[in-house]
Amino acid sequence: MTQTSRRMAWLVVPALIFLLLFFLYPLLLMLQRSISEPSWGLHNFVRIANSSTYLRVLLNTLRMALAVTFFCLLLGYPYAYLMTLAKPRWAGLLLIAVLIPFWSSILVRTYAWTVLLQDSGVINSLLLELGIITRPLRLMRNFTGVVIGMTHVLLPFMVLPLYAVMQRIDLDLLRAAQSLGARPAAAFRQVFLPLSLSGVYAGCLLVFVVALGYYITPTLLGSPRETMMGDMVVQQIQQVRNWGMGSALGVVLLAVTLLLLACVARVVNINAVLGGDEL
Amino acid sequence: MMKLPLWLRAYGGMLVIFLLGPSLMIIPMSLSSGRTLRFPPPGYSWQWYETLLTSSLWLNAAQTSLRVGLLTALAATILGTLTALGLARGRFWGRNALQALVLSPMIIPLVLIAIATFAVFVRWRIAGSLWGLVLAHTVLALPFVVINVLASLRTVDRTLELAAANLGAGPLRCFAYVTLPLIMPGMLAGALFAFITSWDEIVVAIFLTSPRLRTLPIVMWGQLRTELDPTIAAAATLLTLLTTLIFALGLWLRQRQTA
Repeated sequence: MTQTSRRMAWLVVPALIFLLLFFLYPLLLMLQRSISEPSWGLHNFVRIANSSTYLRVLLNTLRMALAVTFFCLLLGYPYAYLMTLAKPRWAGLLLIAVLIPFWSSILVRTYAWTVLLQDSGVINSLLLELGIITRPLRLMRNFTGVVIGMTHVLLPFMVLPLYAVMQRIDLDLLRAAQSLGARPAAAFRQVFLPLSLSGVYAGCLLVFVVALGYYITPTLLGSPRETMMGDMVVQQIQQVRNWGMGSALGVVLLAVTLLLLACVARVVNINAVLGGDEL
Repeated sequence: MMKLPLWLRAYGGMLVIFLLGPSLMIIPMSLSSGRTLRFPPPGYSWQWYETLLTSSLWLNAAQTSLRVGLLTALAATILGTLTALGLARGRFWGRNALQALVLSPMIIPLVLIAIATFAVFVRWRIAGSLWGLVLAHTVLALPFVVINVLASLRTVDRTLELAAANLGAGPLRCFAYVTLPLIMPGMLAGALFAFITSWDEIVVAIFLTSPRLRTLPIVMWGQLRTELDPTIAAAATLLTLLTTLIFALGLWLRQRQTA
């Protein structure tokens, strides 16, 4: 048995080599370029720390990620709760409603939002026709637009871990609390909510992390004032052609991402949240 | 079952509309008889689908996307199945770390993967080539194959493999005649998810495509910033329909396995 196990382990070698070449090596090279271009040293990072532009973008990114996380939790928690309580068939359908947008093209969905949100868009035309507003509301090319679009895109990252945790909560506990005289709201607050907290932490951190590195949606739905880290990295490389600076910004983004992921890993099994196996 | 409060059900319905509404709204708009994007459209016609299906720009892009997607699915399925087998059946040092490495392209910011890969591929002179894009997309698609095959390996009864081995089958025969048929649905689901990953991918493609190699999302991205006629809506509709179909097929395969 052990001999077979040892032999089976060789099967991972092709993927390991593949990922070393086409995934890890590129990331390591980016790390190297951040400290070697234009000359060796930490100049690029010092410049980031001393520049109000970069710091503002960093702050923008954090603010946006925080807002998106907040709205995802606000919308996602009751939804995951509903999925947990619903009959399996309904829960399945609700799950599919989350998964379809997860799989459909980000570009298509962001495009749909531009059609909905622009000044002459669906929402504004409707509100104007109904006489609720007299002038179109500014719903995109600003903070609001990016928050709406990103919340839509990232909601699955909140709902999936929440649902994974809530599914394992024994609903008999809720019934027991209620039969002992707790009102439904109290039973929820004192029994269900505390048990679901690990899902809340995981979902929030996951959404936050993914939001930090987002690229397409903020570019299409925001204005230059909403420039986020991802966009900044691309600008440095595509327009300014400053690979050192672009790489340094990328390294900052990567470091924040990995740090937060390490925090997620302390609360929940990331492999399990992403659908992998609990080895 | 617990009784569900009415407001919670109503809320669920509203969120489903929020989730699916924007993509569904595109469908009637793509059938517009007008020249601009309006909702509701002034009348219905297939004209934008005709424009789409007779444009060499879009057709070439569809062909490129299909080629890249199929090659990515093939590469990711072979690599991913081997990896899943090794992870599930092998015992070795650093197994958890390896699984984390395989899954990490799902959460590392795509922009970073894109620029890092771009930099290396420029040096290797494969940036802007079909193979470059396929290699990069395989990195992104690998996790989905590994997850699906791991899930199906969990449902395989080990005693069947042991029985085959006891009856004299070598490891390869045992795999080909016992394990492989059992994990086939998981592999197919993984292949489908790998295909969609590549088919819909835009961020990495922005860097690794060239004027001679353009995928569907790239053409859409270009048009989105210049013009807003309903052709894009037609393309978006077809793209979403195909993705949903493939996704449903993958989900069905996975359900059948675990049921």
